Amino acid sequence: MHGRGRNEASKPEETAAKALELRSLQSQFMSNHHQKIYTQEAIQLSAKLLGINPEAYTAWNYRKLALVSRINDDSDPSLVNSIIDEELGVVKKALDRNPKSYEAWYHRKWVLSKKGHYYTSLENELQLLNDYQKQQLVNDYQKQDDRKHDNLRNFHAWNYRRFVVELTETSAEDELQYTNMINDICFSIYSAWHYRSVLVSSLVAKKADGFMPKETIRRELDYVHNAIFTDEVKQSGWFYYYLWLLDQTLKMETPLRFSSWPSDGSIITTFCSESGSFPLILYFDQAVSGVNSSTVTIDSELQGHEDLVWEPVSDNKNSQVDSCVWVAHLKFDSREPCFSRNEYKVKVSLGGIVSSMGCNLSTPYEFVFTVLHTVGESSQQGIVSWTDGFDNWDDAQSKDLNSLIALDADAGFEWRKKAIKIEIDHLRNLPDSKFGKLILARLLMAEETMISDDAVKGFHYTEILQLYNDLIALDSWHAQYYKDEHSVALLHKVTSSTKSMSRHLFRYRKMNNIVCLRLNNLTLSRIAAVEKLLFVQMLDLSHNELHSAEGLEAMQLLCCLNLSHNRIRSFSALDSLRHLKQLRVLNVSHNHIRGENPVDTTRYLCSSPLSNSGEVGREVPCKYWDVYLVLRDFMEMKQFDIRGNDLIFSGEEFSSFVRQVVPKLVWLDGHKLTN
Amino acid sequence: MADKLVADKHLRYILNLMAEKKKESFESVVMDHLRMNGAYWGLTTLSLLDKLGSVSEDEVVSWVMTCQHESGGFAGNTGHDPHVLYTLSAVQILALFDKLNILDVEKVSNYIAGLQNEDGSFSGDIWGEVDTRFSYIAICCLSILKCLDKINVKKAVDYIVSCKNLDGGFGCSPGAESHAGQIFCCVGALAITGNLHRVDKDLLGWWLCERQDYESGGLNGRPEKLPDVCYSWWVLSSLIMIDRVHWIEKAKLVKFILDSQDMDNGGISDRPSYTVDIFHTYFGVAGLSLLEYPGVKTIDPAYALPVHVINRILFTK
Repeated sequence: MHGRGRNEASKPEETAAKALELRSLQSQFMSNHHQKIYTQEAIQLSAKLLGINPEAYTAWNYRKLALVSRINDDSDPSLVNSIIDEELGVVKKALDRNPKSYEAWYHRKWVLSKKGHYYTSLENELQLLNDYQKQQLVNDYQKQDDRKHDNLRNFHAWNYRRFVVELTETSAEDELQYTNMINDICFSIYSAWHYRSVLVSSLVAKKADGFMPKETIRRELDYVHNAIFTDEVKQSGWFYYYLWLLDQTLKMETPLRFSSWPSDGSIITTFCSESGSFPLILYFDQAVSGVNSSTVTIDSELQGHEDLVWEPVSDNKNSQVDSCVWVAHLKFDSREPCFSRNEYKVKVSLGGIVSSMGCNLSTPYEFVFTVLHTVGESSQQGIVSWTDGFDNWDDAQSKDLNSLIALDADAGFEWRKKAIKIEIDHLRNLPDSKFGKLILARLLMAEETMISDDAVKGFHYTEILQLYNDLIALDSWHAQYYKDEHSVALLHKVTSSTKSMSRHLFRYRKMNNIVCLRLNNLTLSRIAAVEKLLFVQMLDLSHNELHSAEGLEAMQLLCCLNLSHNRIRSFSALDSLRHLKQLRVLNVSHNHIRGENPVDTTRYLCSSPLSNSGEVGREVPCKYWDVYLVLRDFMEMKQFDIRGNDLIFSGEEFSSFVRQVVPKLVWLDGHKLTN
Repeated sequence: MADKLVADKHLRYILNLMAEKKKESFESVVMDHLRMNGAYWGLTTLSLLDKLGSVSEDEVVSWVMTCQHESGGFAGNTGHDPHVLYTLSAVQILALFDKLNILDVEKVSNYIAGLQNEDGSFSGDIWGEVDTRFSYIAICCLSILKCLDKINVKKAVDYIVSCKNLDGGFGCSPGAESHAGQIFCCVGALAITGNLHRVDKDLLGWWLCERQDYESGGLNGRPEKLPDVCYSWWVLSSLIMIDRVHWIEKAKLVKFILDSQDMDNGGISDRPSYTVDIFHTYFGVAGLSLLEYPGVKTIDPAYALPVHVINRILFTK
């Protein structure tokens, strides 16, 4: 099916004759198979068939049945050996014909798994495999030099190799030597680099001799420099370097980090006459599970905090789910004694949480915040405007930005920092190289997160943003990827210090002076740095290039959101917003939401019957299903604007549907709804 | 070079393949055992070109049913042994014709569920070959039949996640290297079970967008390999499911697919000027569908069936 030139077709008479022969072989074989005939003659017929057509899978099944009928646990060892030889011979002929036949490789594996311990020539298997892999192809139409190593790229052979290595108990060290040999032949065999990463990971995990993390990483980095800095065009070495080695350097032994709202030492204000609640938000930089009232304890004068229910911000509310963001609601009642003082402290202790990457909190971490209670003004009555009624941010009120705090001492910090610095220097000295610039940008971002000294924080961002601009020019096909990365870096830059953030912060008078963050007109195509924005209640992301609300689910305090003038193309792209239980005002006007999507790229990122998720069995209206699946959870929504979207639904029908689904809606598309 | 999709030529190419007279060429006989897959590729392409009515529904459906084995599974053709590969294609074909109701759903779903192993993986048939392709097949098929609860979904998902590699991609079994075909299967299975949060979308998205070849605009299946039209499906559908398709240069990929057509005889090949076959014809058209090429109906990236077919099945009780 693959790789045949269009005008290579053979003469019709030849193919007709071959077809007849094969047809006859096939029907004879089928007859033998259905009648369970396993005579020598019948078995040889199946071998002949498989020699011509190695993919005739039923014939391989037949041969397995034939083998089972001829030998059992009491059979004479020499008979077993000769039958194994026979089977392997048939496989070899089949593989000569088609080295990528799944069935042929599996048959070999099946035979040896069943009877391998009887097989006297088992130790030859690895040698045979080595010979096959290293054999260079000399085919007429494979003119490119690189194709002569295609045997080394045959993934079936590598998978089979792992099977033989396990069967013969060959050591990982020996196999690592083998990959060195392969790299000497050709540096662009991705399979060898992949195998290398698996071998080195397992040797480090086993704490094998000579494979402690620090020395191993250093050795591998030096080894890889030879491959990539000399011949930049070949990708494989670069992928090993970047995706595995540097990842290992950065992630190994990294402690879990988190941010919270309220944060340590902060003062929050609650407004209510009698009772209410406020959320407690925990954001972790790795997905964690097991967040509940025993692992996160609250110490406060408020009643009822022992039974706090922690929920992950995800569709599955099970506490065993891995999630980066967890929320609980701390209730208060003005009749409680502590309220007479209008101020009380809350201490939160974290312990016993496990991250999906295996990080365990060894010592509990505590933080304390203060709650001020004020008799509240009535909440927002009129329509919320995004242009009027804003006050500038008072620097005196500046919060300490919630940067991510490490929850445990950072063990391998120094050597990792040094290793990254060395790589940054190497990469800075490379001439214009796409991979070089991309990896440099990533390492600079990583270095930024390792810096705790506020004086030098934020230093790298200008260089990082320039690198992404260079990449957009150098590699225009991946422009959107670099744009997304640029947006991430830009958001981290804006949120890197209180000073730069305060230029974007305002207060909205009409709603008890809630905090408003303006990030409009920044050509943002992607949302990031959310861990630093947990305190934001009003967010203006209008006039950007966002196509999805992915990432906003962590901002649990958000009550007003402006996504107008962006590039949102479907309702499912707004799915993340369903987790914002306080959302009252949502503006998605002037986007590209048609309501009927040719290709919906967020279809499987939201819960629906298609992905067997969400409430199974809940009746979903067929016509507006994707509208319904998003709007159904907006229980507090009062103001919704979807003008300027070229919706295929007629105004009246759609408005009435929205009103049905969103019970508290008061303003739709700028107009107050009448009952 | 081609500047449009010659749909009529492809229609004729497919109909010829499905008709009697082509059955006696060597190419046809050698593919005899996977006729069920071939039928799915051909019929889905027809459906995407809105031409499913050109074939005899009764003929196709009755032939499909002759391929069902007493175990409940389907074979690649009449008389051959059952395997999940052909079971999925059979179910998909019946879905295209809205004829799932003729199936003994209990029987088919038990066949598939019976192939799940202790570790959550799936075998292809009673002979025990394990591969994440079969995990995808089982999950996709059972979801269409609305019997997903017959398997241990959590274990199935955990097994798939254990096949995740350090480059964000997936292989056929734990430790196997990433390959776009396997990635499609794993991402598709995770999508259908609502588990895409277990995929590192940025990491995988970048590895996938790097499959695009600067010379031809086509996509390959892993680094240093040649571009091939079938990857227009495996890579593209994966990118769409994880919402990273904007990271490739779509117009150039459209051109690569169009250039791989046989403008005279119809059919699409693995790359320009190579031999056409039904496999690449389907993947080329499916790829164009995902690239929103005009005149091609939309295909669902996870179930690999037209969106209107999937909506009809999954949004009704």
